[in-house]
Amino acid sequence: MSEEWIQVCKKSDLVKNSGVCALVNDKQVALFCLPTGAANDAELKVVATSNWDPIGKANVLYRGLLGSKQLADSENDAMYFVASPLYKQRYCLETGRCIDSDEVAIDIHQVKLENDSLFVKLAG
Amino acid sequence: MAQVKVVVVGNGMVGHHFVEQLRQKSENAMITVLSAEPRLAYDRVHLSEFFSGKTAEQLALTTEENYQRLNVDFHVNARVVKIDSEKKSVETQSGQVFEYDKLVLATGSYPFVPPIPGNNQEHCLVYRTIEDLEAIQASADCSKVGVVVGGGLLGLEAANALKQAGLKTHVVEFAPQLMGVQVDTRGGELLKAKIEELGVTVHTQKATQVIEAMETVKDSDSDCRYRMCFADGTHLDTDMILFSAGIRPSDNLAREFDIEIGERGGIVVNNQCQTSVQDIYAIGECALWNKFIFGLVAPGYTMARVVADNIMGGNEDFLGADMSTKLKLMGVDVGSIGDAHGRTAGALSYTYENQPKGIYKKIVVDANQQKLLGAVLVGDNGEYDTLLQYALNGIDLPESPESLILPSSSDAPLLGADSLPAEATICSCHNVSKGDIVNLIDQGTCELAEIKGCTKASTGCGGCTALLKNVVDTELEKRGVEVNKDLCEHFAYSRQDLFNLIKVQKIKSFDELLANHGKGAGCEICKPAVGSILASVWNEFVLKPEHVALQDTNDTYLANMQKDGTYSVVPRIAGGEITPEKLIVLGEVAKKYKLYTKVTGGQRIDLFGARVDQLPLIWEELLAAGFETGHAYAKSLRTVKSCVGSTWCRFGVQDSVGQAIDLENRYKGLRAPHKLKMAVSGCTRECAEAQSKDIGVIATENGWNLYVCGNGGMKPRHADLFATDLDTETLLKYIDRILMFYVRTADRLQRTSVWMDNMEGGLEYLQQVVIEDSLGLAEELENQMQHIVDSYQCEWKTAISTPTSKARFRQFVNSDKSDVNIMFIEERDQIRPATEAEKTKVMTSQSENDLLLEPQV
Repeated sequence: MSEEWIQVCKKSDLVKNSGVCALVNDKQVALFCLPTGAANDAELKVVATSNWDPIGKANVLYRGLLGSKQLADSENDAMYFVASPLYKQRYCLETGRCIDSDEVAIDIHQVKLENDSLFVKLAG
Repeated sequence: MAQVKVVVVGNGMVGHHFVEQLRQKSENAMITVLSAEPRLAYDRVHLSEFFSGKTAEQLALTTEENYQRLNVDFHVNARVVKIDSEKKSVETQSGQVFEYDKLVLATGSYPFVPPIPGNNQEHCLVYRTIEDLEAIQASADCSKVGVVVGGGLLGLEAANALKQAGLKTHVVEFAPQLMGVQVDTRGGELLKAKIEELGVTVHTQKATQVIEAMETVKDSDSDCRYRMCFADGTHLDTDMILFSAGIRPSDNLAREFDIEIGERGGIVVNNQCQTSVQDIYAIGECALWNKFIFGLVAPGYTMARVVADNIMGGNEDFLGADMSTKLKLMGVDVGSIGDAHGRTAGALSYTYENQPKGIYKKIVVDANQQKLLGAVLVGDNGEYDTLLQYALNGIDLPESPESLILPSSSDAPLLGADSLPAEATICSCHNVSKGDIVNLIDQGTCELAEIKGCTKASTGCGGCTALLKNVVDTELEKRGVEVNKDLCEHFAYSRQDLFNLIKVQKIKSFDELLANHGKGAGCEICKPAVGSILASVWNEFVLKPEHVALQDTNDTYLANMQKDGTYSVVPRIAGGEITPEKLIVLGEVAKKYKLYTKVTGGQRIDLFGARVDQLPLIWEELLAAGFETGHAYAKSLRTVKSCVGSTWCRFGVQDSVGQAIDLENRYKGLRAPHKLKMAVSGCTRECAEAQSKDIGVIATENGWNLYVCGNGGMKPRHADLFATDLDTETLLKYIDRILMFYVRTADRLQRTSVWMDNMEGGLEYLQQVVIEDSLGLAEELENQMQHIVDSYQCEWKTAISTPTSKARFRQFVNSDKSDVNIMFIEERDQIRPATEAEKTKVMTSQSENDLLLEPQV
């Protein structure tokens, strides 16, 4: 378990409602910028995951489409996911669980924004 | 019920299934698993995938953690050597003793190695366990030629593994044909021919007499390790031999401790799978039921269920099993159902054979031609599911049973999910009947994924996936579960509704549409659909910040993503006409960036293997040479194919090339619900195949005939003749109107053919709207098209001159390194993506780095 926060990139490197990829300690990390509902971009919600598509077997997750799915037991809560650009399996951006297959999952890394810099703490 | 102590000997697929079934039926049963193998149960059915890169972990059916969670006491490397049926205990090799109330033998089988002198040499191997596969891999790495002895199902799979490992592969079969159990003589012949076409040499009717080490062979100049000598005097030289000549039940333990064994092996069991000794059961491939050993996993699973049920006080019976099989061997479809050989008294058969296509189908019916008894399919398994349902459920055959196997016979009655009885088995791996699915739906489980999760249906061999979906859909529809036209959970509107909202309310962005008419944040369904509508209506640059997050990856990167995450690049070559200078530029760019080059079906040139960061560099060069984007990545007009036309051709009556170029330049960049293809032929010989396109134009003496709504692909459809002898002006008008009407009214991802077929009135209605202007829309449709034509831009040109767009074309925001997982192998003088197995090889042995070709410039 890595315990360090690693400075990765600038806030301006992120793309709103979409993903980019960074190389962190030789690991490919996908960085997604979720919509916050806020009128301005002051508060970005960023999620960091592994970039490896375990089903397509390629480093492409950051090029997937973001989406939300209403949770069955809640009126307001929605789960955010990224859909693989290769075969369209969806991965929950909170747990890393694949919504369309129990057999695979992706890593979720911790992430924080400080001033204009983005930091990642690698999982596992 | 008191805690029952159950000891299971063996942890193969069936032993493991038993554990799961028993635990499901009882939380209290004390379960002990004793396995002689070093690891817990894994998937032997898909064992060959070990060679295509699957790891032992990926093949595993369970884990230690899982067994702990299920409260199962398990021991690996624990071979049972003693059964004491009086004290009711077993003892393992290491002397550990386990007491039982019920003992279940799931010891499986072992590969039969024919007693041929020399069969025990170093590179003579079998194909059964992961350890076997590791040995085969090691042997294959230092071999050039491999032989599989045995031309059954497993033998052919093993041959495929050797072929994939790069060996010159032979199959040696004692019988006169391949897969003699499953297919008949003619089917076997065809299978042999197809497999030989794929580069595997098949030798039938060969009895191996001896396997000699080559150094002991006199006067041999062969550099192989072994020589196999056959009874007919011929011989075959090879480096390794794989025996796959059938299985034998592992019944030694039972035999030693006086449990009844069949004449030719196998632990005799009754309908409850009980052996001759009380409280001892046998299941799977070690069990002999009704003098029969079942070598498939599905019957083993059924036995496991029966025993779990009986131990818990139930009275289920095992009454045999269906041995039908459907599989793809080296890409060749093979299907076998029931009495494939027509051995039932009075049985009659129908056969269909298509030699050019390599298809053979036979059905066996009863004497009255009422019921289907069996079938053999080689080369095309399309009818397998339907035939299986006829056979399993005793459904009455149609009047002409042959219609079931004749190609595209319009008489073939469709066997819908509705016509199946409740007891019809949908998934034979997990024994899920239609009734089980109906019950789940009645209890409120409405999602296919959930139904799969609950029943495990279609998670075994996967052969029933389509049928399962069909049953679920039909049942839902029957219950009036609204088959709703909502695009997705974010928009309670159809695509057509959204199109109208965007157009009428002049909505320019997804966010605006979502705020006013939707909820949530959007998803992979509505985002591209709305992105496409916005482009169809307003035709803004698709990579503008407010649109970029809507695009599928191909549109986002203006190129086509391939399986390894690289892209292919297709510049526009309107009408397929290209100057030598431009052709040279394509060649030079491809050479410089080491791209795989292939001519497409649409008369263009596709350049494969470009990394995301190379795309702008490549396009800078292509744009400089006068190329523009080809939209191969978009749901939009792809190409207008043409024949050479009257300019050169002796038969041409109009300039088809000129017309094709004009059409392509007019409609290029038009975003539509699905891709669009067109073609123009210069005479009725129709060399451009215009009748297989969405828009087809064929020259006549007097002008142009217009065909609409055809397509190739999975369900080919000929285009319909829409209007005849049009002048060019009218032709364009009609096409404008048709396309824009399609863009407005079609569903998401609906091709023109389905769109027209679903329209009430079909072709005739479309003719009224377009030719007679019955809706008074003609002018509006034309104006809208003119707007698209006038606002065309080359997306690559804009992307490269827009810094924020250009910045997206990189793998890492914080590094210039490339993705190390992208690797290429040279094949036929060009690159191709490395397979998983090849990548593993490169990763593990750095010395073989010369295999690795990075597309560096």
